[in-house]
Amino acid sequence: MKYFDDLRVGDLLMTGSHTFNAEEIKSFATRFDPQLFHMDEEAAAKSHFGALCASGWHTAAAWMRLMIDQQREILDAMTTRGETIPKRGPALGLRDLKWLKPVYVGDTITYRSEVTELRVSNSRPGFGLMTILTTGVNQDGATVISFYSTTFAERRAA
Amino acid sequence: MTDKLHFEDFKAGDVAIYGPRHVTREEIVAFAAEFDPQPMHLDEAAGAASLLGGLGGSGWHACSLLMRMIADGFILNSTSMGSPGVEEVRWLKPLRPGVNLRVRVTVMETRVSKSRPDMGLVRMTFDMIDDTEAVVTTMISSLMMGRRNAGAAA
Repeated sequence: MKYFDDLRVGDLLMTGSHTFNAEEIKSFATRFDPQLFHMDEEAAAKSHFGALCASGWHTAAAWMRLMIDQQREILDAMTTRGETIPKRGPALGLRDLKWLKPVYVGDTITYRSEVTELRVSNSRPGFGLMTILTTGVNQDGATVISFYSTTFAERRAA
Repeated sequence: MTDKLHFEDFKAGDVAIYGPRHVTREEIVAFAAEFDPQPMHLDEAAGAASLLGGLGGSGWHACSLLMRMIADGFILNSTSMGSPGVEEVRWLKPLRPGVNLRVRVTVMETRVSKSRPDMGLVRMTFDMIDDTEAVVTTMISSLMMGRRNAGAAA
């Protein structure tokens, strides 16, 4: 994982896939988004979605898990090599989050996150702000989710 | 069906508050373990060493709690057809264990969909506030709502 100073616009931060099954779609929805089209196959079939589909927040959270798992592998390797670990996070927020198509049972979403903007933090002198664009594409090549998020990334000590 | 909230029931300037929702340390850690296993969301010492200044929940957990509160608050009793997305989310304060959250919903504007005359878009600001009225997470998003006379309009 890079210090802010070593990041460049266009850097690919992650890519990875997740396949959504009915059990996890319902599990997330039961806890956080209990609208019938996320909870019940029959009700979903009668809704405008036509079939059971994941909460948009679930589609986003599944990306986060992939991102952190990949980051942890990189951090473990850096620790093994005795390198110092730059601090990353938390995020300040996100914008232009679009749920472009439903994520149905069995859909495999391939995510990728790319750096789109880098700027120095005024409030935290030791940190920069990294903005990334994340997209998720289903097995048919259709984009189902996209959003920009902005996160603190530590700068090298001066 | 007539008792459900429709597009026509939302007016710019309407304000409603939903909640409260108590958030435990256990659920903060459980959400993080499942979806966002960063040490600052899992462990007090790691949280204290981070910019969060203590254990704080995942931003996605904050959004998910906000979603649940507005679902219980009014969406489940509406003709909601979901949402095309979110214009903006800002995580202004950490999500702390023990907090009692409420959501203040303000209707910003309403407009009928041009492509889908059976529905309208209700643009709202959602402020998730803590026990001291400080905004923890703020979100701007539009909900798709069915129209009361959708059959007649179509």
